[in-house]
Amino acid sequence: MNENEEPRVGVFVCHCGVNIGGVIDVKEVVEYAGKLPKVAYAEGNLYTCSSEGLSKIKEAVTKFHLNKVVVASCTPRTHETLFRSACEEAGLNKYVFHMANIREHCSWVHPKEPKKATEKAKEIVKMAVAKAVLLEPQIEPEIDVLPSALVIGGGVAGMAAALSLANQGFTAHLIEKENEIGGKLKELYKLYPNDDYASNILGEFTQATRSNPNIKVHTSSTVKQVEGFIGNFKVKIDREGKEEALDIGTIIVATGANVLRPDGLYGYGESKNVLTQLEFEQLIKDGKLGRPKNVVMIQCVGAREEKEGGRNYCSRVCCAVAVKNALQIKELSPETEVYVLYRDMQTYGKDFEEQYRRAREGSVQFISYDKENPPDVFRGSDGKLTVRVRDIMLNAPLELDADLLILSTPLVQSKEAKELSKILKVPLGSDGFFFEAHVKLRPVDFATDGIFVCGTAHSPKTIAETIAQAYATASRAGIPMAVGRVRTEAITASVDESVCTGCATCIRMCPYSAIQKDERGIAKVNDVLCKGCGVCSASCPEKAIKMKHFSDAQVLAEATASLGGS
Amino acid sequence: MRLSEFEPRIIGFLCNWCSYAGADLAGVSRIQYPANIRIVRVMCSGRIDPTIPLEVFKMGADGILVLGCHPGDCHYVEGNLYEEIKINMLKRLMALTGLEPERLRLEWVSASEGQRFAQVVTEFTERIRKLGPSPLSGQRPDRQILENLQAARDAASDFRLRVLVGRERELTEKSNVYEEKVSQEEFDTLLDDIVKTEFIRHKIYLLAKANQLSVKALAEQVRMKPSDVLCHIVEMRRRNMIALDHVEGTTPIYKALEVE
Repeated sequence: MNENEEPRVGVFVCHCGVNIGGVIDVKEVVEYAGKLPKVAYAEGNLYTCSSEGLSKIKEAVTKFHLNKVVVASCTPRTHETLFRSACEEAGLNKYVFHMANIREHCSWVHPKEPKKATEKAKEIVKMAVAKAVLLEPQIEPEIDVLPSALVIGGGVAGMAAALSLANQGFTAHLIEKENEIGGKLKELYKLYPNDDYASNILGEFTQATRSNPNIKVHTSSTVKQVEGFIGNFKVKIDREGKEEALDIGTIIVATGANVLRPDGLYGYGESKNVLTQLEFEQLIKDGKLGRPKNVVMIQCVGAREEKEGGRNYCSRVCCAVAVKNALQIKELSPETEVYVLYRDMQTYGKDFEEQYRRAREGSVQFISYDKENPPDVFRGSDGKLTVRVRDIMLNAPLELDADLLILSTPLVQSKEAKELSKILKVPLGSDGFFFEAHVKLRPVDFATDGIFVCGTAHSPKTIAETIAQAYATASRAGIPMAVGRVRTEAITASVDESVCTGCATCIRMCPYSAIQKDERGIAKVNDVLCKGCGVCSASCPEKAIKMKHFSDAQVLAEATASLGGS
Repeated sequence: MRLSEFEPRIIGFLCNWCSYAGADLAGVSRIQYPANIRIVRVMCSGRIDPTIPLEVFKMGADGILVLGCHPGDCHYVEGNLYEEIKINMLKRLMALTGLEPERLRLEWVSASEGQRFAQVVTEFTERIRKLGPSPLSGQRPDRQILENLQAARDAASDFRLRVLVGRERELTEKSNVYEEKVSQEEFDTLLDDIVKTEFIRHKIYLLAKANQLSVKALAEQVRMKPSDVLCHIVEMRRRNMIALDHVEGTTPIYKALEVE
């Protein structure tokens, strides 16, 4: 379309059967639309979205030389894509289409006021035409995607993701900060619910990872810098002071989590007989359990705190870990009494409940306390530990000797993750864990295209869940790499270079880091990163930023069309 | 116009992801609300430049609703919070113009809150109905308020106010290199001061644009002390908004320069 071409708007008003036609006088709206300035053609359709209705649009575009199209029907949230395609088939750019919502926002909400609804529908059409007149064609840039993924973290999540990507035929660079891959799995002994040896699972994964020709393992390495965008990330990794550059198409974050060290809680750090569950795993792994008379476990240590800025979340895995380790003790030393002091037992996973039942039947003692009365730990002069707790079932205080006190502490985000979130420009939630784009619709994606998250870096979860989530990220990351190209947002911001003073207000606000200063100190928008929210445009002190498709002039034209005069 | 006949003209700016979807849900659920609102869809409530509501009020809208996602739910992370700051500034600016700030309202409506959308619209429509027609609606808009609104619009479009609004969160939420943090009260005091100053300056500018005037004449029109007006003129000359045109006797007469 020639830019200087006079706008010729076509308006198509839908009856939507009786949904619109039953309330609004469509004929009247069509007549009104036909008389609006720049409208070259207007008609009513029974169903504009039917194949017949869509053909009518295409015919009219040719016959009446239309260069803008308005459909007055339902919500653009469901039907814009369809009508835009019809415009494209008619040879128009899909961005010269605009929708007037006279169903959800009019006929359906004013069924008892047909006259008012008809007047409102006319004005909605007038507003849409006013915007359509100013619409310009837009281009969705298409970019190549490198078939190479960066997987950050060499634990079970990272290995599972890398293996899945490698088996799809992509290159996977697996980055591990320690000198060998394996992650937390290296520190575990037996795994619930079926007592597999962690070393078996670990062996299988590390062997497959090491022997896969598509996986490049980078140990003792960390990610130092990430620039670019989906398809073309420029990554710098640091290996013991030496820098290496990688060209990457997609990124998977699988950095895992740490176990909270409960310093200062329940005598931890003061007595060698107070351990975390993870330290206890090591003890039985080393065969050093011996034959203790009494073992006490305390659940929810430093978790589910219910205070501002606290670790308010449930770490999900600790209940099953405690049940598993209690059963381990019973197996290794049947005479030992095991007490689990808990707030709520949450054995939600497959086969966990059976294991919990087995523990209860196998004479592990479960004692519930409430959060207002947490247990107290006393150390006698002989170093012996005593735990006092109010059992809420008995509503009575109990005193338990503890040869070993094992604390179930939550998984917490690692310190490095905070740094990584800045490097990748992806968010952390209030609990410190990486924050996905949408809990249900995009559970393993970040809001930034081409970056994904799996495993305990995202939230505490079991090994089975971690592996499933890792496969999910490999599948998500595989899509753009398999297609080889992605289309990016057409509705982006653009900076008027003659007006920009480089004050950096936009740079600070942009949630996608899509704006940067160029060598002249002028703001420059990266079209691939920009998502088109328009916050920069509305905030630019010099009003130097224009939003495509939602310019000030376009928004104002639509907003004021129904006001003043008329 | 009798009050009972008054049908408020309300413009709603709705973000695509939450509030527009909430309005759609009200439709799907067939929840009835007054037919006064005209909805404009934008991608994010944060897109609403402070000049936009002022322009819409100039055209005679009786009320403006800006609806965005609840804090924490913004599709663009924090666009809604940036909009809240702009609306807060706009209300302070409107208070100087003679147009009631309550004609402008920001609310959060999620995609699942069809009922809440209808409630907000109904309640706001009734509020505006009670407030009566905008002095700028109809055939004879109030000239004084219209001029004030133009000055407010120009102030909202000017660098100084926009820079301050653009930095509010940085100043009040993060500390600077000296570990100083500006409290919300301190910031609001500063904001109030700059809103007032910029409004007056743009008012003076518009007056000087209409007629070349002396400091005394300008001072009478803006109801300020001539010495205060002179201070503004000094700054406005520095900014190339205003210049000396000629001297009548011993009185300098100022003219407005073309800006933007």
